[in-house]
Amino acid sequence: MMSTVAIPPFEIFYAEHNSEVLGLLRRKVGRDRADDAFQETFLRALRAYDRLEHGEHLRAWVLTIASRVAIDVHRRTNPTSEMPEIPHEDTRPAYEDLGELTDGLPAKERAAVVLRYGYDLTYDQIATALDSSPDAARQAASSGVRRLRKEARP
Amino acid sequence: MTVPTDLDLRFREAAARSGMLDAGYDLVDSPIGPLLVAASDRGLLRISFDADIEQHLEWLSRVAGRNVLRAPRQIDRARRELDEYFDGRRHAFDLVVDLRDVTPFTERVLHELARIPFGETATYAELATRAGNPKAARAVGMTMNRNRIPIVLPCHRVIGANGSLVGYAGGLDRKVALLTLEGVLL
Repeated sequence: MMSTVAIPPFEIFYAEHNSEVLGLLRRKVGRDRADDAFQETFLRALRAYDRLEHGEHLRAWVLTIASRVAIDVHRRTNPTSEMPEIPHEDTRPAYEDLGELTDGLPAKERAAVVLRYGYDLTYDQIATALDSSPDAARQAASSGVRRLRKEARP
Repeated sequence: MTVPTDLDLRFREAAARSGMLDAGYDLVDSPIGPLLVAASDRGLLRISFDADIEQHLEWLSRVAGRNVLRAPRQIDRARRELDEYFDGRRHAFDLVVDLRDVTPFTERVLHELARIPFGETATYAELATRAGNPKAARAVGMTMNRNRIPIVLPCHRVIGANGSLVGYAGGLDRKVALLTLEGVLL
């Protein structure tokens, strides 16, 4: 039987990941804007925290939220610019494989596919990370998979 | 790299303001040692003489929910009233307590306990009688021993029938200090 990983009190989660999140944000949006992005990242995490169903992949989850916040910061400052690529810090094999495979997908579908199948996150968690709804997350993941199937066909 | 203190505090402040915390806590300095104080939006959840956070985190998370964070703002009011009490400027607390996990009997006993005024004492048997069960002196003793909001729920004001101090979960020294502060002991 698989045992689920218990979800720690938020304080423990925050203390464990806050410096890595700040480091990521400083690289992505610069020192000046990192502080606000840091606060926004952990407030988004706090909002979704009591709906998490297990404590696996918490690091990947919060880094994804941070990446999403960084994208929002860029959008706010350069509304017309292209959405930046999300190079992920994690080196999990599942992500590595999926990363290459999903290179050609639109950004949102790619993120949904990787989070769903690479990190095994629920659609609720993905919705939080992408700042959208669980339905939209499900739709993005499934149209991403459809697109991949089409491309895989000889 | 560590997160700078001001940024860390800013987040904790924002989290407390957001209304999304199940419980917030912080340490409060007092003449009888540091106190761990925790509160939910419903009221005060815990005061402890044991400032070791880890074990409290598990308990708070179980009772109130997992969104538990050290958040000084969440206990501002309790901190102010405790400071005033220890300064001798406050004789009655004006704080709501969150007793969501206690039994009806315990709640009755704690309710009666809260009515023992500053500077006065009651015996375990008297408190049992006031709570409607004169034979429950021993159970009242247990309830005092497990009181999770000491000082504000003044279990230090409950003593033995012969006037002995009997015991105190925070150590007899602290009971003596509190009763001395209130002028019961010289």
